[in-house]
Amino acid sequence: MPTALKEIAYPVFAIAAALLLFGLLGALAGVDPLDVWTTLFTGAFGSWFSWQNTLQRAAPLMLTALCVAIPARAGLIIIGGEGAVVLGGLACAALPYVVPLPGNAIGTVIVCIAAAVAGGLWIVLAGWLRQFRGINETISSLLLAYIAIGLFKHLVEGPLRDPASLNKPATYSLPEGLLIGGIGGSDIHWGLAIGVVACVGMGLWLRMTTSGFAVRVVGGNPRTAQLVGLPATRLILAACGVGGACAGVAGAVEVAAVHTNANASLIAGYGYAGILVSFIARHNPMAIVPVAILFGGFGAAGSLLQRRLGLPDASVLVLQGIAFVLILASEGLRMVDWGRVWSFARPGRGAPIPALPRQEKEQQP
Amino acid sequence: MTVDQWIALVAGIVGGALRVGAPFLFVSLGECLTEKSGRINLGLEGVLVLSAMASFGGAYYFDSPWAGVLVGAAAGAALALLHGLLCSLARVNDVATGIALMLFGTGLAFYLGKPLIQPQAPQIPAIPLGFWSDNPVVRSALQLNALVPIGLLIAVFLYWGFARTRAGLLVRMAGDSADATRALGYSVSAIRIAATTAGGAIAGLGGASLTLFYPGS
Repeated sequence: MPTALKEIAYPVFAIAAALLLFGLLGALAGVDPLDVWTTLFTGAFGSWFSWQNTLQRAAPLMLTALCVAIPARAGLIIIGGEGAVVLGGLACAALPYVVPLPGNAIGTVIVCIAAAVAGGLWIVLAGWLRQFRGINETISSLLLAYIAIGLFKHLVEGPLRDPASLNKPATYSLPEGLLIGGIGGSDIHWGLAIGVVACVGMGLWLRMTTSGFAVRVVGGNPRTAQLVGLPATRLILAACGVGGACAGVAGAVEVAAVHTNANASLIAGYGYAGILVSFIARHNPMAIVPVAILFGGFGAAGSLLQRRLGLPDASVLVLQGIAFVLILASEGLRMVDWGRVWSFARPGRGAPIPALPRQEKEQQP
Repeated sequence: MTVDQWIALVAGIVGGALRVGAPFLFVSLGECLTEKSGRINLGLEGVLVLSAMASFGGAYYFDSPWAGVLVGAAAGAALALLHGLLCSLARVNDVATGIALMLFGTGLAFYLGKPLIQPQAPQIPAIPLGFWSDNPVVRSALQLNALVPIGLLIAVFLYWGFARTRAGLLVRMAGDSADATRALGYSVSAIRIAATTAGGAIAGLGGASLTLFYPGS
């Protein structure tokens, strides 16, 4: 099988299997599986309305997935994107408190930059702790996310609170001119464009530039990086910073395009969903775009499943769970040489393949 | 404040800590066992929620809280077993699988748990730690979840097991050096799957303590 086809075939089969399983689950609940599948499709991609809903959800996912993908290319598993999202949104909403901003596109760019800096620094902190203090970056980034959420709640419910927001504490709304509008009058906001451009840009950076290649060397083979004298620490911190900046912008987009102010709705799990999106895209920034749209579609279809078929609202969580478990498991089948399995299956042809010892990843001491 | 009020305050804090801390205790014990074997199971959040639902359902259908506890532990072990098996495949990342199972476990719990919202399940009996006091406040504050002492016993048992038993040594060896484990002829995957599954069962007890013990009821 050609490689490119193989790349796509495994996830597609995994999703098909997940839909099949989910249909069976629906049948157990007394719903016709065909209805389940058509409703899922209608809710996600069936009409202009559902496309808008899907793409709106996909935009922040692309950016938070980059927060996992780019550090992963440098060899770090960062799962604290939620913290960068939250702090990015906070920085975006808080900047007008301290600096007078022009109420136009320039102002929007400035708040987005503030968000990127906040998110970037937060993830750099996790990378710094690993490089200079030997702390496992997976755990530290997860815990830092909790700290960020605590900080966010403290500031939004305390010093930055708009006194008019009574039962749902929020900051003051951004000035009208700073908000991010829809593309061509639709509900799809420009955050989607930012997400796609960021994914493509990061993909090109990793593939086409020397520094991007250096990052991949550091992640792919640390010893080689050491031998050729790459500045590993600087590259790792840069990768963390860029990834965190993307997640920070995701927070800014959510604030400036959806909520208009920073409130607890920002903590919606986009950071965690981004982890899965990135892993399914195999940390390839270009592949993140379609995976994020698929994930957004699942989310968009959820409420329709509940309304039209009376399935529990958690059904879509189950579907996502099954789909992701199967897609991740299909990674394991990728190593199987199907041609040899096929020739081995026919009697008299081929020979048993000697089992190669699997290379374990070096354990952290 | 009088002496009685001080006692009530301290009893309230201690009782509250034991109450709120019970799920944490079990999940951290489960994660401890998993991580000693060299894997991270981030899916224990899903295990907790799923086993909370399962133990409530078990207690309701079998009309016995302890049957519910067993069902919860079994559900937790099943989900963790899935994690262990998946992670044994080549190139499957344990962090990502854990998060996927977190979604799956939580979703499944809400999906299957919908018919269980209304009924009342029998509860785990409480241990009246406040027997020494005449003060009803102290007595109700120190109603201890009967699972907590079990959790403390498991903690001591794990400590002893890791330090003194062959199985504990194997788990630690699988976590510290996969090569050494293979060199001695043991299967790294099998040890990790077993440790993850056992960890899930322990975390499942935490789920049971979430739903089968309402203090003061």
